[in-house]
Amino acid sequence: MADSKDFTAGIDSNAKKSPRRIVFITRRTSAQVKADTEDQVQTFPEVLFRAAVAIQVLAIALVWVALLFNAPLEGLADPSHTPNPAKAPWYFLGLQEMLHYFPPVVAGVMVPGLVVIALIVIPYFKVNIEAEGLFLKDRMRRLRAFYFVAIALSLFLLFFKVYAALVPTLIMGAVMLLAAQSSPQSSTAFRRYLAARPLSYWVMTWFLFELVVLTGIGTFFRGPGWSWVWPWQGS
Amino acid sequence: MAKTIEQHFDDLRGTRVWRSIFRSGTGSSTLKRALAIQQNVFLHLFSTKVRTRLLSFSATWYLGTMTFGTFLILVATGIPLMLYYHPSAPQAYADTKDLQFVVSSGLFLRNLHRWSAHTMVFLVFAHMFKVFYRGAYRTPREFNWVIGVILLLITLLLSYTGYLLPWDQLAYWAITVGSNIASAVPGMGNQIHFLLLGGNAVNANALLRFYVLHCMILPLIAMLFVAIHFWRIRKDGGLYSYASEPATLRASAESGAVAAKEAQ
Repeated sequence: MADSKDFTAGIDSNAKKSPRRIVFITRRTSAQVKADTEDQVQTFPEVLFRAAVAIQVLAIALVWVALLFNAPLEGLADPSHTPNPAKAPWYFLGLQEMLHYFPPVVAGVMVPGLVVIALIVIPYFKVNIEAEGLFLKDRMRRLRAFYFVAIALSLFLLFFKVYAALVPTLIMGAVMLLAAQSSPQSSTAFRRYLAARPLSYWVMTWFLFELVVLTGIGTFFRGPGWSWVWPWQGS
Repeated sequence: MAKTIEQHFDDLRGTRVWRSIFRSGTGSSTLKRALAIQQNVFLHLFSTKVRTRLLSFSATWYLGTMTFGTFLILVATGIPLMLYYHPSAPQAYADTKDLQFVVSSGLFLRNLHRWSAHTMVFLVFAHMFKVFYRGAYRTPREFNWVIGVILLLITLLLSYTGYLLPWDQLAYWAITVGSNIASAVPGMGNQIHFLLLGGNAVNANALLRFYVLHCMILPLIAMLFVAIHFWRIRKDGGLYSYASEPATLRASAESGAVAAKEAQ
Protein backbone atom coordinates (compact mmCIF):
# COMPACT_ATOMS: atom_id res chain seq x y z
CA MET A 1 0.00 0.00 0.00
CA ALA A 2 3.04 2.25 -0.33
CA ASP A 3 2.27 3.04 -3.98
CA SER A 4 1.93 6.75 -4.61
CA LYS A 5 -1.61 7.77 -5.42
CA ASP A 6 -2.36 8.68 -9.01
CA PHE A 7 -4.73 11.47 -7.99
CA THR A 8 -4.64 14.57 -5.87
CA ALA A 9 -7.38 15.86 -3.67
CA GLY A 10 -8.71 19.27 -4.53
CA ILE A 11 -11.90 21.26 -4.90
CA ASP A 12 -13.09 21.78 -8.43
CA SER A 13 -16.54 21.75 -9.89
CA ASN A 14 -15.55 22.32 -13.50
CA ALA A 15 -16.09 19.02 -15.33
CA LYS A 16 -14.32 20.25 -18.48
CA LYS A 17 -11.12 21.22 -16.70
CA SER A 18 -10.78 18.20 -14.45
CA PRO A 19 -12.84 15.38 -15.91
CA ARG A 20 -11.83 12.79 -13.30
CA ARG A 21 -13.24 13.74 -9.94
CA ILE A 22 -13.78 12.01 -6.67
CA VAL A 23 -16.45 12.66 -4.09
CA PHE A 24 -15.52 13.17 -0.46
CA ILE A 25 -18.43 12.86 1.92
CA THR A 26 -17.39 14.77 5.01
CA ARG A 27 -19.11 14.76 8.37
CA ARG A 28 -22.35 16.70 8.65
CA THR A 29 -22.75 16.85 4.85
CA SER A 30 -23.62 13.23 4.23
CA ALA A 31 -26.92 12.46 2.57
CA GLN A 32 -29.71 11.54 4.96
CA VAL A 33 -30.40 7.85 4.94
CA LYS A 34 -34.11 7.26 4.51
CA ALA A 35 -36.04 4.16 5.41
CA ASP A 36 -36.77 2.51 2.10
CA THR A 37 -37.44 -0.89 3.58
CA GLU A 38 -40.56 0.18 5.44
CA ASP A 39 -43.93 -1.11 4.27
CA GLN A 40 -45.67 1.33 1.97
CA VAL A 41 -49.03 1.40 0.24
CA GLN A 42 -50.12 3.23 -2.90
CA THR A 43 -51.83 6.55 -2.22
CA PHE A 44 -54.25 5.65 -5.02
CA PRO A 45 -56.48 3.96 -4.12
CA GLU A 46 -55.69 2.87 -0.52
CA VAL A 47 -54.99 6.20 1.19
CA LEU A 48 -57.55 8.21 -0.75
CA PHE A 49 -60.16 5.58 0.12
CA ARG A 50 -59.38 5.87 3.83
CA ALA A 51 -59.47 9.67 3.65
CA ALA A 52 -62.83 9.50 1.88
CA VAL A 53 -64.20 7.18 4.60
CA ALA A 54 -62.96 9.53 7.35
CA ILE A 55 -64.62 12.52 5.66
CA GLN A 56 -67.80 10.53 5.04
CA VAL A 57 -68.09 9.49 8.70
CA LEU A 58 -67.57 13.10 9.75
CA ALA A 59 -70.12 14.35 7.20
CA ILE A 60 -72.74 11.85 8.35
CA ALA A 61 -72.21 12.86 11.99
CA LEU A 62 -72.49 16.55 11.12
CA VAL A 63 -75.64 15.98 9.05
CA TRP A 64 -77.22 14.27 12.05
CA VAL A 65 -76.26 17.17 14.30
CA ALA A 66 -77.63 19.64 11.74
CA LEU A 67 -80.92 17.72 11.54
CA LEU A 68 -81.33 17.50 15.31
CA PHE A 69 -80.06 20.86 16.56
CA ASN A 70 -80.87 24.29 15.19
CA ALA A 71 -78.25 27.01 14.96
CA PRO A 72 -79.02 29.85 17.37
CA LEU A 73 -80.72 32.95 16.02
CA GLU A 74 -81.67 35.77 18.35
CA GLY A 75 -83.49 39.06 17.74
CA LEU A 76 -82.41 41.69 15.23
CA ALA A 77 -79.10 43.39 16.06
CA ASP A 78 -79.81 46.38 18.31
CA PRO A 79 -76.88 48.67 19.18
CA SER A 80 -78.94 50.37 21.90
CA HIS A 81 -79.64 47.17 23.84
CA THR A 82 -76.59 45.37 25.23
CA PRO A 83 -77.23 41.80 26.36
CA ASN A 84 -75.69 40.92 29.71
CA PRO A 85 -73.30 39.20 29.44
CA ALA A 86 -72.19 39.89 25.87
CA LYS A 87 -70.07 36.89 24.94
CA ALA A 88 -67.59 36.36 22.10
CA PRO A 89 -67.59 33.08 20.11
CA TRP A 90 -66.65 30.12 22.33
CA TYR A 91 -63.06 29.83 21.06
CA PHE A 92 -62.39 33.41 22.24
CA LEU A 93 -64.01 32.97 25.68
CA GLY A 94 -60.67 32.00 27.21
CA LEU A 95 -59.39 35.39 26.12
CA GLN A 96 -62.55 37.11 27.34
CA GLU A 97 -62.06 35.42 30.71
CA MET A 98 -58.53 36.88 30.81
CA LEU A 99 -59.98 40.31 29.90
CA HIS A 100 -61.97 40.07 33.12
CA TYR A 101 -58.72 40.16 35.14
CA PHE A 102 -56.24 42.13 33.05
CA PRO A 103 -56.40 45.33 30.99
CA PRO A 104 -57.19 44.80 27.28
CA VAL A 105 -53.63 45.58 26.20
CA VAL A 106 -52.39 42.66 28.30
CA ALA A 107 -55.18 40.09 27.88
CA GLY A 108 -56.27 41.03 24.38
CA VAL A 109 -53.02 41.94 22.64
CA MET A 110 -49.94 40.74 24.54
CA VAL A 111 -51.17 37.29 25.64
CA PRO A 112 -52.55 36.16 22.24
CA GLY A 113 -49.58 37.75 20.49
CA LEU A 114 -47.12 35.88 22.69
CA VAL A 115 -49.05 32.64 22.28
CA VAL A 116 -48.89 32.91 18.47
CA ILE A 117 -45.17 33.76 18.54
CA ALA A 118 -44.52 30.90 20.96
CA LEU A 119 -46.36 28.45 18.70
CA ILE A 120 -44.43 29.58 15.63
CA VAL A 121 -40.98 29.27 17.21
CA ILE A 122 -41.53 25.79 18.76
CA PRO A 123 -39.71 23.83 16.00
CA TYR A 124 -36.77 26.25 15.91
CA PHE A 125 -35.50 25.58 19.43
CA LYS A 126 -33.16 22.72 20.02
CA VAL A 127 -34.63 22.01 23.45
CA ASN A 128 -37.92 21.12 21.72
CA ILE A 129 -36.19 18.83 19.23
CA GLU A 130 -33.99 16.77 21.52
CA ALA A 131 -36.90 16.09 23.85
CA GLU A 132 -35.11 14.62 26.86
CA GLY A 133 -36.83 14.24 30.20
CA LEU A 134 -36.85 17.63 31.91
CA PHE A 135 -35.39 16.56 35.25
CA LEU A 136 -33.12 13.75 34.05
CA LYS A 137 -30.03 15.89 33.52
CA ASP A 138 -28.69 18.67 35.76
CA ARG A 139 -31.49 17.93 38.22
CA MET A 140 -30.82 20.41 41.06
CA ARG A 141 -30.35 23.43 38.80
CA ARG A 142 -33.47 22.62 36.79
CA LEU A 143 -35.49 22.05 39.97
CA ARG A 144 -34.43 25.49 41.23
CA ALA A 145 -35.45 27.07 37.91
CA PHE A 146 -38.76 25.20 38.07
CA TYR A 147 -39.46 26.39 41.64
CA PHE A 148 -38.61 29.95 40.68
CA VAL A 149 -40.89 30.03 37.61
CA ALA A 150 -43.76 28.13 39.26
CA ILE A 151 -43.76 30.27 42.42
CA ALA A 152 -43.39 33.55 40.53
CA LEU A 153 -46.26 32.61 38.19
CA SER A 154 -48.47 31.46 41.06
CA LEU A 155 -47.82 34.64 43.06
CA PHE A 156 -48.55 36.74 39.99
CA LEU A 157 -51.89 34.96 39.42
CA LEU A 158 -52.67 35.15 43.15
CA PHE A 159 -51.92 38.88 43.23
CA PHE A 160 -54.42 39.54 40.42
CA LYS A 161 -56.89 37.00 41.96
CA VAL A 162 -56.91 34.90 38.75
CA TYR A 163 -57.96 31.75 40.61
CA ALA A 164 -59.31 30.25 37.36
CA ALA A 165 -55.77 30.14 35.97
CA LEU A 166 -54.06 29.56 39.33
CA VAL A 167 -55.70 26.20 40.05
CA PRO A 168 -54.57 24.53 36.78
CA THR A 169 -51.10 26.01 37.32
CA LEU A 170 -50.84 24.49 40.80
CA ILE A 171 -52.10 21.11 39.57
CA MET A 172 -49.53 21.13 36.75
CA GLY A 173 -46.83 22.15 39.24
CA ALA A 174 -47.73 19.20 41.47
CA VAL A 175 -47.57 16.76 38.54
CA MET A 176 -44.20 18.20 37.52
CA LEU A 177 -42.90 17.73 41.06
CA LEU A 178 -43.99 14.10 40.84
CA ALA A 179 -42.10 13.89 37.54
CA ALA A 180 -39.01 15.32 39.25
CA GLN A 181 -39.24 12.55 41.86
CA SER A 182 -39.55 9.91 39.13
CA SER A 183 -36.88 8.32 37.01
CA PRO A 184 -36.65 5.78 34.17
CA GLN A 185 -36.19 3.17 36.95
CA SER A 186 -39.46 4.06 38.73
CA SER A 187 -41.74 1.19 39.61
CA THR A 188 -44.92 2.30 37.80
CA ALA A 189 -45.26 2.91 34.07
CA PHE A 190 -47.01 6.23 34.73
CA ARG A 191 -44.00 7.63 36.65
CA ARG A 192 -41.55 6.35 34.05
CA TYR A 193 -43.72 8.16 31.50
CA LEU A 194 -43.63 11.40 33.54
CA ALA A 195 -39.87 11.21 34.00
CA ALA A 196 -39.31 11.09 30.26
CA ARG A 197 -41.41 14.17 29.45
CA PRO A 198 -39.39 17.11 28.07
CA LEU A 199 -39.82 20.81 28.82
CA SER A 200 -41.89 21.50 25.69
CA TYR A 201 -44.37 18.83 26.79
CA TRP A 202 -44.90 20.52 30.17
CA VAL A 203 -45.30 24.01 28.70
CA MET A 204 -47.71 22.86 26.00
CA THR A 205 -49.75 20.71 28.40
CA TRP A 206 -50.01 23.62 30.83
CA PHE A 207 -51.19 25.82 27.94
CA LEU A 208 -53.76 23.20 26.83
CA PHE A 209 -54.99 22.81 30.42
CA GLU A 210 -55.41 26.58 30.85
CA LEU A 211 -57.07 26.87 27.43
CA VAL A 212 -59.65 24.19 28.27
CA VAL A 213 -60.33 25.48 31.82
CA LEU A 214 -60.61 29.17 30.88
CA THR A 215 -62.73 28.46 27.78
CA GLY A 216 -64.95 26.14 29.82
CA ILE A 217 -65.43 28.73 32.57
CA GLY A 218 -66.15 31.49 30.03
CA THR A 219 -68.68 29.28 28.25
CA PHE A 220 -70.56 27.64 31.12
CA PHE A 221 -69.86 29.53 34.35
CA ARG A 222 -70.21 33.22 33.49
CA GLY A 223 -73.44 35.17 33.84
CA PRO A 224 -74.56 38.81 34.09
CA GLY A 225 -71.68 41.21 34.74
CA TRP A 226 -69.30 38.28 34.15
CA SER A 227 -70.25 36.99 37.61
CA TRP A 228 -69.85 33.32 38.51
CA VAL A 229 -72.99 31.26 37.88
CA TRP A 230 -73.50 27.52 37.90
CA PRO A 231 -74.68 26.00 34.65
CA TRP A 232 -77.84 24.66 36.26
CA GLN A 233 -78.86 28.06 37.66
CA GLY A 234 -79.99 29.22 34.17
CA SER A 235 -80.47 32.85 33.23
CA MET B 1 -73.19 -12.47 -21.67
CA ALA B 2 -74.10 -9.11 -20.25
CA LYS B 3 -71.29 -6.89 -19.11
CA THR B 4 -70.86 -6.11 -15.42
CA ILE B 5 -70.86 -2.52 -14.15
CA GLU B 6 -67.14 -2.81 -13.65
CA GLN B 7 -66.61 -3.79 -17.26
CA HIS B 8 -68.73 -0.87 -18.43
CA PHE B 9 -66.61 1.40 -16.29
CA ASP B 10 -63.46 -0.07 -17.82
CA ASP B 11 -64.89 0.61 -21.28
CA LEU B 12 -65.63 4.17 -20.25
CA ARG B 13 -62.07 4.65 -19.07
CA GLY B 14 -60.82 3.35 -22.39
CA THR B 15 -62.74 5.89 -24.46
CA ARG B 16 -60.93 8.68 -26.27
CA VAL B 17 -62.76 11.37 -24.30
CA TRP B 18 -61.78 9.86 -20.94
CA ARG B 19 -58.18 9.40 -22.09
CA SER B 20 -58.09 13.04 -23.21
CA ILE B 21 -59.12 14.21 -19.71
CA PHE B 22 -57.04 11.87 -17.53
CA ARG B 23 -53.51 11.62 -18.85
CA SER B 24 -52.39 8.64 -16.74
CA GLY B 25 -54.38 6.04 -18.66
CA THR B 26 -56.08 2.91 -17.41
CA GLY B 27 -54.81 -0.13 -15.60
CA SER B 28 -54.15 -1.12 -12.02
CA SER B 29 -50.39 -1.68 -12.16
CA THR B 30 -48.24 0.03 -9.56
CA LEU B 31 -47.01 2.41 -12.25
CA LYS B 32 -50.52 3.37 -13.33
CA ARG B 33 -51.60 3.90 -9.73
CA ALA B 34 -48.57 6.09 -9.09
CA LEU B 35 -49.33 8.05 -12.25
CA ALA B 36 -52.94 8.55 -11.13
CA ILE B 37 -51.53 10.63 -8.28
CA GLN B 38 -48.54 12.16 -9.97
CA GLN B 39 -50.30 13.19 -13.20
CA ASN B 40 -53.23 14.90 -11.47
CA VAL B 41 -52.91 18.60 -10.73
CA PHE B 42 -54.69 18.29 -7.37
CA LEU B 43 -53.51 14.87 -6.26
CA HIS B 44 -49.89 15.47 -7.18
CA LEU B 45 -49.68 17.50 -3.95
CA PHE B 46 -49.54 14.08 -2.25
CA SER B 47 -46.85 11.46 -2.50
CA THR B 48 -47.60 8.35 -4.54
CA LYS B 49 -46.90 6.07 -1.59
CA VAL B 50 -47.52 6.32 2.15
CA ARG B 51 -45.90 4.32 4.93
CA THR B 52 -48.36 1.69 6.10
CA ARG B 53 -47.82 2.34 9.81
CA LEU B 54 -49.09 5.93 9.39
CA LEU B 55 -52.43 4.76 8.05
CA SER B 56 -53.45 3.30 11.41
CA PHE B 57 -56.06 5.39 13.18
CA SER B 58 -53.91 5.91 16.27
CA ALA B 59 -51.07 7.50 14.26
CA THR B 60 -52.93 10.67 13.27
CA TRP B 61 -56.59 10.15 14.32
CA TYR B 62 -57.19 11.46 10.76
CA LEU B 63 -57.60 14.94 12.29
CA GLY B 64 -56.01 16.80 9.37
CA THR B 65 -58.10 14.85 6.87
CA MET B 66 -61.27 15.59 8.79
CA THR B 67 -60.37 19.28 9.13
CA PHE B 68 -60.12 19.38 5.33
CA GLY B 69 -63.46 17.55 5.24
CA THR B 70 -65.15 20.29 7.30
CA PHE B 71 -63.63 22.85 4.93
CA LEU B 72 -65.21 21.04 1.95
CA ILE B 73 -68.59 20.89 3.73
CA LEU B 74 -68.33 24.61 4.56
CA VAL B 75 -67.64 25.52 0.92
CA ALA B 76 -70.45 23.25 -0.29
CA THR B 77 -73.00 24.73 2.13
CA GLY B 78 -71.63 28.28 2.06
CA ILE B 79 -72.15 28.83 -1.67
CA PRO B 80 -75.90 27.99 -1.62
CA LEU B 81 -76.27 30.14 1.50
CA MET B 82 -74.78 33.08 -0.44
CA LEU B 83 -77.60 32.78 -2.99
CA TYR B 84 -80.18 33.71 -0.35
CA TYR B 85 -78.24 36.37 1.50
CA HIS B 86 -77.75 40.13 1.10
CA PRO B 87 -74.88 41.61 3.12
CA SER B 88 -76.77 44.74 4.14
CA ALA B 89 -78.32 45.77 7.44
CA PRO B 90 -81.01 44.94 8.43
CA GLN B 91 -81.81 42.88 5.27
CA ALA B 92 -79.19 40.30 6.35
CA TYR B 93 -81.29 39.41 9.39
CA ALA B 94 -84.46 39.07 7.30
CA ASP B 95 -82.57 36.80 4.89
CA THR B 96 -81.38 34.65 7.77
CA LYS B 97 -84.98 34.42 9.03
CA ASP B 98 -86.08 33.42 5.52
CA LEU B 99 -83.41 30.71 5.51
CA GLN B 100 -84.88 29.43 8.76
CA PHE B 101 -88.54 29.47 7.73
CA VAL B 102 -89.03 30.03 3.95
CA VAL B 103 -86.18 28.60 1.88
CA SER B 104 -86.40 24.84 1.18
CA SER B 105 -83.81 23.09 3.37
CA GLY B 106 -82.51 26.54 4.31
CA LEU B 107 -82.62 25.65 7.98
CA PHE B 108 -80.63 22.47 7.31
CA LEU B 109 -78.07 24.34 5.19
CA ARG B 110 -77.51 26.95 7.86
CA ASN B 111 -77.36 24.38 10.65
CA LEU B 112 -74.83 22.28 8.76
CA HIS B 113 -72.71 25.34 7.97
CA ARG B 114 -72.79 26.54 11.56
CA TRP B 115 -71.98 23.23 13.24
CA SER B 116 -69.31 22.41 10.66
CA ALA B 117 -67.67 25.77 11.33
CA HIS B 118 -67.51 25.09 15.09
CA THR B 119 -66.25 21.57 14.36
CA MET B 120 -63.54 22.93 12.08
CA VAL B 121 -62.21 25.28 14.77
CA PHE B 122 -62.18 22.38 17.24
CA LEU B 123 -60.51 20.01 14.77
CA VAL B 124 -57.81 22.55 13.87
CA PHE B 125 -56.90 22.86 17.56
CA ALA B 126 -57.03 19.08 18.02
CA HIS B 127 -54.85 18.56 14.93
CA MET B 128 -52.31 21.08 16.26
CA PHE B 129 -52.03 19.40 19.66
CA LYS B 130 -51.87 15.92 18.12
CA VAL B 131 -49.03 17.03 15.81
CA PHE B 132 -47.24 18.60 18.77
CA TYR B 133 -47.47 15.54 21.01
CA ARG B 134 -46.29 13.33 18.13
CA GLY B 135 -43.26 15.61 17.77
CA ALA B 136 -44.10 15.94 14.08
CA TYR B 137 -42.87 19.55 13.94
CA ARG B 138 -39.24 18.38 13.91
CA THR B 139 -36.76 19.05 11.11
CA PRO B 140 -37.40 19.23 8.17
CA ARG B 141 -41.05 19.94 8.96
CA GLU B 142 -40.56 23.22 10.86
CA PHE B 143 -42.04 25.42 8.19
CA ASN B 144 -45.07 23.20 7.68
CA TRP B 145 -45.79 23.68 11.39
CA VAL B 146 -45.59 27.45 10.85
CA ILE B 147 -48.01 27.17 7.90
CA GLY B 148 -50.26 25.22 10.25
CA VAL B 149 -50.21 28.08 12.77
CA ILE B 150 -51.12 30.48 9.93
CA LEU B 151 -53.99 28.17 8.97
CA LEU B 152 -55.15 28.14 12.61
CA LEU B 153 -55.33 31.95 12.56
CA ILE B 154 -57.12 31.95 9.17
CA THR B 155 -59.63 29.43 10.53
CA LEU B 156 -60.32 31.61 13.57
CA LEU B 157 -60.75 34.67 11.34
CA LEU B 158 -63.06 32.76 8.98
CA SER B 159 -65.21 31.64 11.88
CA TYR B 160 -65.14 35.09 13.47
CA THR B 161 -66.13 36.96 10.28
CA GLY B 162 -68.93 34.45 9.65
CA TYR B 163 -70.23 34.99 13.17
CA LEU B 164 -71.44 38.53 12.30
CA LEU B 165 -73.32 37.63 9.12
CA PRO B 166 -76.72 36.61 10.64
CA TRP B 167 -76.90 40.17 12.04
CA ASP B 168 -78.75 39.15 15.19
CA GLN B 169 -78.04 40.22 18.76
CA LEU B 170 -75.67 37.29 19.33
CA ALA B 171 -73.63 38.18 16.23
CA TYR B 172 -73.64 41.92 16.81
CA TRP B 173 -72.42 41.84 20.41
CA ALA B 174 -69.94 39.02 19.93
CA ILE B 175 -68.24 41.04 17.18
CA THR B 176 -68.47 44.21 19.30
CA VAL B 177 -66.72 42.47 22.21
CA GLY B 178 -64.08 40.96 19.92
CA SER B 179 -63.36 44.02 17.81
CA ASN B 180 -62.99 46.24 20.89
CA ILE B 181 -59.88 44.22 21.71
CA ALA B 182 -58.30 45.58 18.51
CA SER B 183 -58.61 49.09 20.00
CA ALA B 184 -56.24 48.03 22.78
CA VAL B 185 -53.28 47.62 20.41
CA PRO B 186 -50.79 50.26 21.58
CA GLY B 187 -50.33 53.25 19.30
CA MET B 188 -52.63 52.44 16.43
CA GLY B 189 -55.45 50.46 18.08
CA ASN B 190 -58.21 52.84 17.02
CA GLN B 191 -56.97 52.91 13.43
CA ILE B 192 -56.95 49.09 13.27
CA HIS B 193 -60.42 49.03 14.84
CA PHE B 194 -61.66 51.53 12.21
CA LEU B 195 -60.03 49.60 9.36
CA LEU B 196 -61.58 46.32 10.53
CA LEU B 197 -65.12 47.69 10.89
CA GLY B 198 -65.20 50.51 8.35
CA GLY B 199 -66.44 52.77 11.16
CA ASN B 200 -66.18 53.40 14.87
CA ALA B 201 -68.76 50.75 15.75
CA VAL B 202 -70.19 47.58 14.24
CA ASN B 203 -72.51 48.83 11.48
CA ALA B 204 -73.54 48.09 7.89
CA ASN B 205 -69.98 48.79 6.65
CA ALA B 206 -68.59 46.21 9.07
CA LEU B 207 -71.15 43.68 7.82
CA LEU B 208 -70.06 44.23 4.21
CA ARG B 209 -66.37 44.00 5.10
CA PHE B 210 -66.87 40.82 7.07
CA TYR B 211 -68.93 39.37 4.21
CA VAL B 212 -66.18 40.04 1.64
CA LEU B 213 -63.53 38.66 3.99
CA HIS B 214 -65.63 35.63 4.87
CA CYS B 215 -66.80 34.62 1.39
CA MET B 216 -63.91 35.71 -0.80
CA ILE B 217 -60.59 36.81 0.67
CA LEU B 218 -60.12 34.40 3.58
CA PRO B 219 -61.28 31.25 1.72
CA LEU B 220 -58.85 32.02 -1.12
CA ILE B 221 -55.97 32.55 1.31
CA ALA B 222 -56.99 29.37 3.16
CA MET B 223 -56.98 27.32 -0.05
CA LEU B 224 -53.55 28.64 -0.99
CA PHE B 225 -52.05 27.73 2.38
CA VAL B 226 -53.85 24.37 2.53
CA ALA B 227 -52.27 23.52 -0.85
CA ILE B 228 -48.81 24.44 0.44
CA HIS B 229 -49.51 22.56 3.69
CA PHE B 230 -50.38 19.33 1.80
CA TRP B 231 -47.53 19.73 -0.70
CA ARG B 232 -45.01 20.24 2.08
CA ILE B 233 -45.98 16.87 3.64
CA ARG B 234 -44.67 15.19 0.47
CA LYS B 235 -41.62 17.43 0.14
CA ASP B 236 -40.68 16.94 3.79
CA GLY B 237 -40.59 13.17 3.45
CA GLY B 238 -44.17 12.14 4.19
CA LEU B 239 -46.05 12.04 7.48
CA TYR B 240 -43.77 12.07 10.50
CA SER B 241 -42.98 8.79 12.15
CA TYR B 242 -40.40 8.63 14.91
CA ALA B 243 -39.28 5.15 13.87
CA SER B 244 -38.65 6.30 10.28
CA GLU B 245 -36.59 9.36 11.17
CA PRO B 246 -33.02 9.46 9.78
CA ALA B 247 -31.69 10.19 13.29
CA THR B 248 -33.55 7.22 14.76
CA LEU B 249 -32.33 4.95 11.95
CA ARG B 250 -28.75 6.14 12.39
CA ALA B 251 -28.91 5.61 16.14
CA SER B 252 -30.34 2.11 15.75
CA ALA B 253 -27.75 1.31 13.07
CA GLU B 254 -24.96 2.55 15.36
CA SER B 255 -26.25 0.64 18.37
CA GLY B 256 -26.51 -2.39 16.12
CA ALA B 257 -22.89 -1.93 15.03
CA VAL B 258 -21.79 -1.55 18.66
CA ALA B 259 -23.68 -4.70 19.61
CA ALA B 260 -22.05 -6.57 16.72
CA LYS B 261 -18.60 -5.38 17.79
CA GLU B 262 -19.18 -6.42 21.40
CA ALA B 263 -20.37 -9.83 20.23
CA GLN B 264 -17.06 -10.48 18.45
